[in-house]
Amino acid sequence: MLDLGPHASFIIAAYGVTFVAVAALVLATLDDDRKQRRKLAELERLGITRRSARPTVKTSHTVKTAAKPKAARTPAKRKPATPRKTRS
Amino acid sequence: MSAGIALLARDVRLAWREGGAIGVALGFYLIVVVITPLGLGPDLNLLARIAPGILWVGLLLAALLSAGCIFANDYEDGTLDVLATGPLPLTLVAGLKCLAHWLTTGIPLVLLAPFLGLLLNLPMGTFPSLVLAMLAGTPAVSFIAGIGASLTLGLRRSGLLLALLVVPLYVPILIFGVSAVTPYVSGPNSVWPPFFILCALSLASVVLAPIAAAAALRTALR
Amino acid sequence: MISLANPTRFLSLVDRVVPWLSAVVVIVLGIGLYLSLFVAPPDYQQGETVKIMFVHVPAAWLGMLGYTLIAIAALGTLIWRHPLADVAAKAAAPIGATFTFIALVTGSLWGKPMWGTYWVWDARLTSMLILFLLYLGLIALWQAIDEPGRAGRAAAILGLVGAINIPIIKFSVDWWNTLHQPESVFRMGGPTIDPSLLTPLFVMAAGFTALFVLLHLIAMRAEILRRRVHALQQTQVERAALAEA
Repeated sequence: MLDLGPHASFIIAAYGVTFVAVAALVLATLDDDRKQRRKLAELERLGITRRSARPTVKTSHTVKTAAKPKAARTPAKRKPATPRKTRS
Repeated sequence: MSAGIALLARDVRLAWREGGAIGVALGFYLIVVVITPLGLGPDLNLLARIAPGILWVGLLLAALLSAGCIFANDYEDGTLDVLATGPLPLTLVAGLKCLAHWLTTGIPLVLLAPFLGLLLNLPMGTFPSLVLAMLAGTPAVSFIAGIGASLTLGLRRSGLLLALLVVPLYVPILIFGVSAVTPYVSGPNSVWPPFFILCALSLASVVLAPIAAAAALRTALR
Repeated sequence: MISLANPTRFLSLVDRVVPWLSAVVVIVLGIGLYLSLFVAPPDYQQGETVKIMFVHVPAAWLGMLGYTLIAIAALGTLIWRHPLADVAAKAAAPIGATFTFIALVTGSLWGKPMWGTYWVWDARLTSMLILFLLYLGLIALWQAIDEPGRAGRAAAILGLVGAINIPIIKFSVDWWNTLHQPESVFRMGGPTIDPSLLTPLFVMAAGFTALFVLLHLIAMRAEILRRRVHALQQTQVERAALAEA
């Protein structure tokens, strides 16, 4: 096999810690991503979508102004270039 | 100019009247210095060697305890909003409040330090260098604490968070502060380089920290 | 940068990049691990333990890269008001912290057989530990402030203050003797490490960097989606309130 010399346990431990830490990081990142996508899909299913995906209907105006305080913080979100459907 | 002095005088007066805050900081400093030998054992030689470190660490912790209220009291009763829209630039306001903290908390702690040094068997010949080093370093302590205080304004557990944010920034002050006290260095001349670096750190903090603190205050007040 | 400011366009970019970048990461790290464990020769002084270098050094580089990214993103938030700057900073913090942690632990495990001690308070180790604490502070600040706008700006301020502090720490701790190896790779006159050890090092570094970028993009996507979810949940509540009224 692989001869790691007299300090083999340290080398194995070092690679082991690296592997575990990287694996935990990858899993946490992917899990968070998946969770957000699931929540977004759930909201979409309930019919609550972003203004850009909705057809332009007069009634959406009241909802728009009500949601303004959140939108004011991140204005870029409200200016999409492409309709939502093209996102995978 | 007079508006600035008025603000400074007001803060100093409030801190003195509140009395308890300064007393608590001094009391905490005393407690920390008392329990350390109880934990380490009464070996006087050991204590003398680590005394500068303990005195500096205790000072930093005591300053951190009182740092939370640099802006908090005025934030809570709305005075900070008035100050932000007033004639003085917010950077100057932040700087004056940090200065008030130094005058009302930093300097008393520094004055107490040599007496606590007696408890730790610090040789009395080192007292002048101890006080000088602390006077040079504590402005940086107060002004950097101001950055932490402004970032954590109004948050839950702000005291703990403030300590977590500010302690990494204190590391250079601690390292040079301890070097600037004579038992730690080989010859009588070598106290001066760390001392001057402490002065530089303080001067830099006095200038730069209020800018950061004011920016943080603006985000908190929005 | 400007074209990427649009979150929707950014998200479609991420979706396109993630699949092939994942493949790149797996392949490069695979090659790197093979080279590190089976091909790299033992060092004449350190023996086989030099193999720890192949995880320790890339992790350290990425820990520092992560903080640099956060500092630049902080400028983006505070000066240019780039909409995705604070998303980039928030996403980078846990990744950078993890790599810094890996660097500290693998370094400690390398130090025990080589220097006889798990830890020593010299310039490099202390600076890296402080870097780790700065990361923790950033993450804690993000957690503590609910409103993302204020959180982003506060974290940007803290990030910049910490960035000033890192060279100060490095400089201040240089007053102590350093046990850690001085610069051996990025220095004037070229690396002092033998090519047979340098190649696995660079391959692992490339693989880990690609991993960093991949995870960062995914984390940024997750953060953008999280904010959308939050906004939509707000709409949901408001609609329910309107319906009741």
